[in-house]
Amino acid sequence: MSAVDHPAPRHETRERFGFLRRSYAMLIKEFIQLKRDRVSFAMIVMLPVMQLMLFGYAINTTPHHLPSAVLLQEDSDLARSILKALENTAYFRFLYEVHDVDDFDNLLKSGKVLFGVEIPRGFERAVRRGDRPALLVAADATDPVAASAAIGSLGMVVQTALKHDLYIGDPPEMPFEIRAHARYNPAASSSLNIVPGLVGTILTMTMLIFTALSVTREVERGTMESLLSMPIKPVEVMFGKIVPYVLVGFVQAFLIIGIGVGLFGVPVLGNLFLLALLSTLFITTNLSIGYTISTVVQNQLQAMQMSMMFFLPSILLSGFMFPFAGMPTWAQYVGECLPLTHYLRIVRAIMLKGATMQNLRFDTLALAALMLLAMTIAVTRFRRTLD
Amino acid sequence: MNGGNGIAIDVKGLTKSFGGREVVHDLSMQVKRGSIYGFLGPNGSGKTTTIRILCGLLTPDSGEGTCLGYDILRDAEKIKRQVGYMTQRFSLYQDLSVRENLEFVARLYGLVDARGAAREMIKRIGLSGREEQLAGELSGGWKQRLALGACTLPNPQLLLLDEPTAGVDPKARRDFWNEIHALAAEGLTVLVSTHYMDEAERCHEIAYIAYGHLLAHGTVEEVIAKSALTTYTVTGEGLNALAAELTGKPGIDMVAPFGTSLHVSGREVAALEASIAPWRERSDLHWHKSSPSLEDVFIELMGRSKDNFQ
Repeated sequence: MSAVDHPAPRHETRERFGFLRRSYAMLIKEFIQLKRDRVSFAMIVMLPVMQLMLFGYAINTTPHHLPSAVLLQEDSDLARSILKALENTAYFRFLYEVHDVDDFDNLLKSGKVLFGVEIPRGFERAVRRGDRPALLVAADATDPVAASAAIGSLGMVVQTALKHDLYIGDPPEMPFEIRAHARYNPAASSSLNIVPGLVGTILTMTMLIFTALSVTREVERGTMESLLSMPIKPVEVMFGKIVPYVLVGFVQAFLIIGIGVGLFGVPVLGNLFLLALLSTLFITTNLSIGYTISTVVQNQLQAMQMSMMFFLPSILLSGFMFPFAGMPTWAQYVGECLPLTHYLRIVRAIMLKGATMQNLRFDTLALAALMLLAMTIAVTRFRRTLD
Repeated sequence: MNGGNGIAIDVKGLTKSFGGREVVHDLSMQVKRGSIYGFLGPNGSGKTTTIRILCGLLTPDSGEGTCLGYDILRDAEKIKRQVGYMTQRFSLYQDLSVRENLEFVARLYGLVDARGAAREMIKRIGLSGREEQLAGELSGGWKQRLALGACTLPNPQLLLLDEPTAGVDPKARRDFWNEIHALAAEGLTVLVSTHYMDEAERCHEIAYIAYGHLLAHGTVEEVIAKSALTTYTVTGEGLNALAAELTGKPGIDMVAPFGTSLHVSGREVAALEASIAPWRERSDLHWHKSSPSLEDVFIELMGRSKDNFQ
């Protein structure tokens, strides 16, 4: 160190726009750190792509070719055509044909089949007489999601099949007790619903974790001590840490929607600008919540755990996994407090229904309110000292 | 500028506890502007806590005072602008380069030309050619230079250095102290904590703190004079055995081997001389009265404080 050759220069400082300047200093720093962290950087791209492929291709909530058995108590032409019609729906694959009730029960119990169709004795005769006999369907309901689609298709498909096969002309009313689920579309592809949902889920997960780690990382690496000794305010630290990730979130949303449109043929019926705008709001809300977590916990492990604690109800109660309307009231209230719930409505409405801002006012306000709440907590929770 | 009375740090009765354990007890100190003030004491004595209180990183449980004329309790934000704090553990960003770290600090303090200021500082601390190297990849000595550069960049009036030379080689330590003196000559006040006696002797004033209590302060000469310690230096054969025999005798507070000699010290001259009398007759030992070294004084203070507070 040659102090003699280089006397300490007096640097000019300025006071104006202090807030923006200090936030900017923080933001640049965060960007550089993100750029250096190659694993995190790769995750920004890999995570949405991987999730989308998994949900889009591997996980299908309307499964096909479910193993099934039939308990045939009469061997009639009508019974044969019903079975044929069921197999044609592609939901069922009849692996077993049994004639004994015990065998039938055992197949279901052992899990060898998920469905059992029972055609009772005298079925054809009863149909011809117009007695509306019952076509019994036993489903293994341990996976209700898997079963429901197939059950739904059952009534309608059988009915159509019968129209062609009954030689007594068109029956005036439904020949069975199984009611057709008229609203269900057997050809519905789940990716239509899943891709918009995934935009929200992936953003929740990544945004939450990125900022949840941000403050604890500084504490654990010891850099918080010197950061706190410098004249930067909690709000400035927060903005500096959130803004870079808004861009990251934007890239992710763009990727998911891009793949969804390109690969899965999901339409974007609404205004793309509105979608981008509200997505930015959602991204910022999640970043604020992550940042709040970061000011509450003591280390990075706790931050991860707490993020998961927030993420799980988000997936379960937002309407991503299960229909929102089907949840009990208390769960719906919890759901309303989660940003993902509101964003799912927004993103599905814009992409699939072409909704406008007018339709989405409530959810937009809810997101903004949640964001402000999180930011307020974060700023008040941020410790200015090491006490 | 502030305070105007030539005093940079003026605090009274600082007390701080963590989880019921008092780390700093009723600490009062004054540091003159433009001076280098050495802060000495064993590990865990409260040096770091005191420094953190001074720069607003910790709030004292009780006590009051000013730092650069600002109230340490109310004006922490103003103090932060004028104070450069170099932490004990390297606390700049390891994954940022030398230049990026300095530019970050410059921007945070609102320097008009952040890039220019960073460039100049790199030259000043002799890191030219390494500006794009990540801070985490620098060696200990270079890290310490960078840290000093970062905390002097915004032209502070007061530097708080917490064991800045721990684990740094002697040449780098010498350079570092030359820089500290150059900065002080420009009017900067420096408070530096250290374990090294040679560094203590390069300070204008020193304070000795143990178990949260400030035990002695003043110039090196004053501290030695005030200790009222009498020291005899012994040379000769069988010093190890002698040390064992002398330890614990009345009037002998401390026996410390120094290479080929032994320092025997005590506060009460009469008792000390009475205790060593039998050995002074021995022909293979050579005794002479000497003034205690700073280290003798500190070790004696440390031993005494243990009796009082533990």
